[in-house]
Amino acid sequence: MDFGEDRDSSVDFDGDSDNDIDFEDADVGFDTQDKDIKPRKKAFEVDFHVHSPQDIQGQQDKQVEEVSNILGQPLEATAILLRYSRWNKERLIEQYMEKQDEVLDKAGLGQDVARPPRLQVINGFMCDICCDDSRGMQTFAMKCNHRFCVDCYRQYLVQKIKDEGEAARIRCPGEGCNQIVDSKSVALLLSTDLMNSCRYQELLTRTYVDDKDNLKWCPAPNCVYAVDCGVKQKDLHRIVPTVHCDCGHNFCFGCTLLDHQPTPCPLVRRWLKKCEDDSETANWISANTKECPRCRSTIEKNGGCNHMTCRKCKHEFCWMCMGVWSEHGTSWYNCNRYEEKSGHDARDAQAKSRASLERYLHYYNRYANHEQSAKLDKDIYLKTEKKMTQLQSSSGMSWIEVQFLDNASQALQQCRQTLKWTYAFAYYLARNNLTEIFEDNQKDLEMAVENLSEMFEKSTDQLAALKVEMMDKTTYCTKRRIILLDDTAENLKNGNWKFNVELV
Amino acid sequence: MTSSSAASRKALSKIASNRLQKELVEWQVNPPVGFKHKVTDNLQRWVIEVNGAPGTLYANETYQLQVDFPEHYPMEAPQVIFLPPAPLHPHIYSNGHICLDILYDSWSPAMTVSSVCISILSMLSSSTVKQRPEDNDRYVKNCRNGRSPKETRWWFHDDKV
Ligand SMILES: [Zn+2]
Ligand SMILES: [Zn+2]
Ligand SMILES: [Zn+2]
Ligand SMILES: [Zn+2]
Repeated sequence: MDFGEDRDSSVDFDGDSDNDIDFEDADVGFDTQDKDIKPRKKAFEVDFHVHSPQDIQGQQDKQVEEVSNILGQPLEATAILLRYSRWNKERLIEQYMEKQDEVLDKAGLGQDVARPPRLQVINGFMCDICCDDSRGMQTFAMKCNHRFCVDCYRQYLVQKIKDEGEAARIRCPGEGCNQIVDSKSVALLLSTDLMNSCRYQELLTRTYVDDKDNLKWCPAPNCVYAVDCGVKQKDLHRIVPTVHCDCGHNFCFGCTLLDHQPTPCPLVRRWLKKCEDDSETANWISANTKECPRCRSTIEKNGGCNHMTCRKCKHEFCWMCMGVWSEHGTSWYNCNRYEEKSGHDARDAQAKSRASLERYLHYYNRYANHEQSAKLDKDIYLKTEKKMTQLQSSSGMSWIEVQFLDNASQALQQCRQTLKWTYAFAYYLARNNLTEIFEDNQKDLEMAVENLSEMFEKSTDQLAALKVEMMDKTTYCTKRRIILLDDTAENLKNGNWKFNVELV
Repeated sequence: MTSSSAASRKALSKIASNRLQKELVEWQVNPPVGFKHKVTDNLQRWVIEVNGAPGTLYANETYQLQVDFPEHYPMEAPQVIFLPPAPLHPHIYSNGHICLDILYDSWSPAMTVSSVCISILSMLSSSTVKQRPEDNDRYVKNCRNGRSPKETRWWFHDDKV
């Protein structure tokens, strides 16, 4: 029986009640009142804090202590009560005051919790698990009186913790018993070494974070930090809460995927699903080879930049739209915008479905291209960096002097990540008077990115001389990215975008 | 896919065989009503005859349960299935797998073969229709290559059992 399921109970800690949890730190990142937003913060930024495992443990201990004083229950029992109530302490206190016995019972505690756990030798005892009845055998039982030998109890706990990853809600091994094994009992039964090797304490801390809406573990592999952010699930159609962990990982607090600004989580979910469903249709598009639009010789892409020059005929064109490159960068040229076919073209069903596929492919193509290009950019950078290190040792250039390459590469990665998601965003965008501004911002960022990306294809000996230019281009890229994100987030917050799907 | 069947083939631990011997003795003295253990020399696999309780949909019907014990019984749950033909029941699949929480998530090492049998009989007795689970065909198809019910992530049909 999971307590989330017994609906008719009068004790209700269900998360989706309309009573919102108040955050202790009052550290709410995104407030619905515009006037409360600090002027210096950009519209796409949210407040958040990164916590170490020690911080989390401290927070947890502090709350247990506080509530323990109020309820007059020992710390261990209070911890169980708080975990049972999913750390909603106001509600716990309220319910506890009202119907103490029921709350204690449902949390897996009886009324008498003050007695410290201890091992006992009982004459004539036989353990129901192993059937051992040796004299002088140590046994253990909680207040439910389901008594087993220490070895069995211990083995049971280790299995629950180690194999099943449980900690906060381990039940008594007795048949059908709901009594929760508190951490004091666990400590009594398991040695410190065993507790450490099972990572019991860590698992307990995990449930604290898992139970709190304003806390999430950083999803980066091996990262131990948790992030505290006040953005709520119900706000995710109005804000994209990207947070930055101390380990360097940027992720969305709403869905824990990699940063996907400016696209809100509901659209991200939809888009990824669509890409998965349509992957076969779209696969041929993102292939790495194409033909030169002039001489038809096969061209392979080896860098991230979209400015292509055919080796054979020297024709310069754009990899994305296959249009002439010289026309890019002029104000009337739109590589990023999908031109809707005029109404009478798309009259019959077949033409309509073709048009809708074409439209999807337009956006998917660009989305996938930025993803692919980010990888190629990185490859090129790594090669360049290697060459630079060689150059450094032969020419005596210092580490600081080559740092600009690293900065440029990082900016490029970040901008491509943003650009990639602008295409998913644009796919769901219904045209209105704001769309054009968005497309302009997108085009400006794209041009800035291509310009910077192109520089990585220069030979190493040229690069040292291009340092200032590269730094300028890096700054410009970052600036364009902020402009795009700020504008998009501002309009998202104010509900100015019209989407062609529901944001749910 | 074969991990659990391989695990159940591992010899019983000392604790497991001690406990099973005790259970067997206890069973012989005091068998659960409606069940008959078909005695073999294989302690690790029990075949038990079930008689539908009088006055229920399964009255006068006899089925067979096969109970396989893992190395670390009773810390680990036994694998319990109906041998063909399995009774028609909304929580019993045509391949004999049983959707009953105590056999999986809610297993407790203090339970015994006897208590499992009683739960299964009460599950049969409380049934009001003789039919297969709704997802029977899909589930059975997924189990074709000898998958054990213990590898299934069960979504229990009824949280009252
Ligand atoms: Zn108990
Ligand atoms: Zn024991
Ligand atoms: Zn991290
Ligand atoms: Zn998200």
